[in-house]
Amino acid sequence: MPKRVKFAFFLDLKSAYKTLLRNKIRSLLTILGIIIGVGSVIATVSIGQGASEAIQSTINSMGSNMLIILPGSSSLGGVRTGFGILPTLTLNDAYAIRKLPAVKTDSGNLGMAQQVIWRGNNWSTFIMGASSTFPEIRDWPVAKGTFFTHQQVVSAANVAVIGNTAATELFGLINPIGHIILIHNVPFTVIGILSVKGFNAFGQDQDDTVVIPITTMQEKIAGTTWVHAIAVSAKSKEDTVIAQSEITALLRQRHHIPLHKPNDFFVRNLTEIAQAANSSANTFTILLASIAAVSLLVGGIGIMNIMLVSVTERTKEIGIRLAVGAKKKDILKQFLIESSVLSLFGGILGIAAGIGISNSISAFSPLKTIVTTEPIIISLVFSLCVGIFFGFYPAFKASRMNPVEALRYE
Amino acid sequence: MNTGGIKERATSYDIPGGEPPLIRLENIGMIYKIGDISYEALKGINLIVENGEFVSIMGASGSGKSTIMNILGCLDRPTAGKYFLEGKDVSNLTSDELAEIRNKKIGFVFQGFNLIQRLSIVENVELPLYYAGMYSKEATEMAMEALKLVDLAGTENKFPNQISGGEQQRVAIARAVVNNAPIIMADEPTGNLDSVRGADVMRFFKKINEERGATIILVSHDKNIADYGKRLITVKDGIIISSAVIESQSMV
Ligand SMILES: Nc1ncnc2c1ncn2[C@@H]1O[C@H](COP(=O)(O)OP(=O)(O)OP(=O)(O)O)[C@@H](O)[C@H]1O
Ligand SMILES: [Mg+2]
Repeated sequence: MPKRVKFAFFLDLKSAYKTLLRNKIRSLLTILGIIIGVGSVIATVSIGQGASEAIQSTINSMGSNMLIILPGSSSLGGVRTGFGILPTLTLNDAYAIRKLPAVKTDSGNLGMAQQVIWRGNNWSTFIMGASSTFPEIRDWPVAKGTFFTHQQVVSAANVAVIGNTAATELFGLINPIGHIILIHNVPFTVIGILSVKGFNAFGQDQDDTVVIPITTMQEKIAGTTWVHAIAVSAKSKEDTVIAQSEITALLRQRHHIPLHKPNDFFVRNLTEIAQAANSSANTFTILLASIAAVSLLVGGIGIMNIMLVSVTERTKEIGIRLAVGAKKKDILKQFLIESSVLSLFGGILGIAAGIGISNSISAFSPLKTIVTTEPIIISLVFSLCVGIFFGFYPAFKASRMNPVEALRYE
Repeated sequence: MNTGGIKERATSYDIPGGEPPLIRLENIGMIYKIGDISYEALKGINLIVENGEFVSIMGASGSGKSTIMNILGCLDRPTAGKYFLEGKDVSNLTSDELAEIRNKKIGFVFQGFNLIQRLSIVENVELPLYYAGMYSKEATEMAMEALKLVDLAGTENKFPNQISGGEQQRVAIARAVVNNAPIIMADEPTGNLDSVRGADVMRFFKKINEERGATIILVSHDKNIADYGKRLITVKDGIIISSAVIESQSMV
């Protein structure tokens, strides 16, 4: 018996399919709403997935469990100032932070754009003063040669580690290691080349840089005792929060800030920023997807409309079926299967359209979209539900027809 | 023409311990309501039909013939009286229970053929079997058998609009008999056909009645068609005014 039931269901599907094929254009127009709805759900979700993946990889490229300390005050005499403006952080702050229990390592940074000259070539690039811990914090090892040591930082040695782009621009195919370059008319020996990092989310070439000891930067190039920022790597993800409060307490003490006064620095937790960015990307995706879901509902109403027309048109057929012994449930089933096949077919076409849109976005824009299985499965289930839900009323109407009246219908 | 006794014949039902008749209508009334107006289409119909009979019903237009057929065919419920089918009261069954009876016991042939245009000939004939829960080969074989009975073997894969009216009506007859239903109801089956094709169709009703023993109840305006039957019932203004044996069978 179950085998028979299965076979009967297959017959019903086949006959629904045949019925819908008889009216190809009408069927297609009916499911257009579903196609557009499902297509845009698939496309928007894939864009959202792609965006959060991009954010994630940008965050990862900045180093893990990272905190950034920037000078400045949120409120100074009632006037808000941006961070990075007031020179309040020193290298000694960085060395003190390094000793905190939740902190693994840190690097004071001071950066500025400068001309770099090697023989006849000159190239304007971003010169960054950093501590010897830079490769560890930024998760950015050298590809060739070595990075400078803590000793070289303490002695303010004239050594430089250059990024891949800067190296290519200045040296072409020549191995830069051992050569002397001039920055701000100060000679530096190139001791290493950083591995390729690529572009960040803002489209900046991270490899267009030269890294020199922070002390050398302060004394010989910038002529200050300040640092622009201190990058800190916490021991673990959980430790980022602890490190944040430890650093705040330490710096307030070191800077002699009275209790009622605000901080003269900011501590930014990159993991938090990443999460915030991610969640706003998610919110955006959910918003777009729910707009798309509304068009699915509209598509469902289209199906209901056509099914009502179809039931009326086929009143005579319903009468004949009732006359030869169809029960209410048989008629109900027939029309429900028809509307479900219709909407499911719309769902499948919509998924194909959505994947198509998503792929062309990937092909023609920098955003790499990601199509996952969940929205596909959800869309299929949802469009099936739309078919059953919106097909129910017309099917119910058909099943309640009086055989005599239905047979008399012309 | 025989307009003999109005009185119903004595039946086996009247004999104690005998089989109940196939069909027994007891004081059937039918009132149609359209808004506030009600119209009494049937005013107390009493009728007994025995197994294997071929009954013709005649009467003026609007006399209530189709109304009787709809009740006899379990397509509609009477508003008064009782209907016993094989001894069982069916006047108050639910619509699904009536559907079950139509499926198992009754075959219909209508004036307008009433084939489903989207379905092939054989699919049309299979339809009652489908609703009886019979699928696949078995059903197709039975449908082919029924088509053979009406001399339409070979047309099974055509569609209704590809065959003549007479042939369509024969398909409808095949559909009516495919379930081996004991009762065949035909309301003006030749109404849309010329006399030659009408006679052609009637041949098969006679055959089904004689060879298969099916009970046939037929409505016709045409005396020549009604005369294919063995008993003639005349209806006027919602009551049966006569019931007589038809003797002139020789004209066919
Ligand atoms: N659904 C209905 N609603 C209201 N009145 C109806 C309905 N069906 C039939 N009638 C009325 O009942 C009466 C009997 O109708 P019926 O169809 O039984 O007549 P008939 O004898 O079959 O006529 P004909 O020979 O024209 O087919 C007619 O007056 C008709 O108008
Ligand atoms: Mg009639």
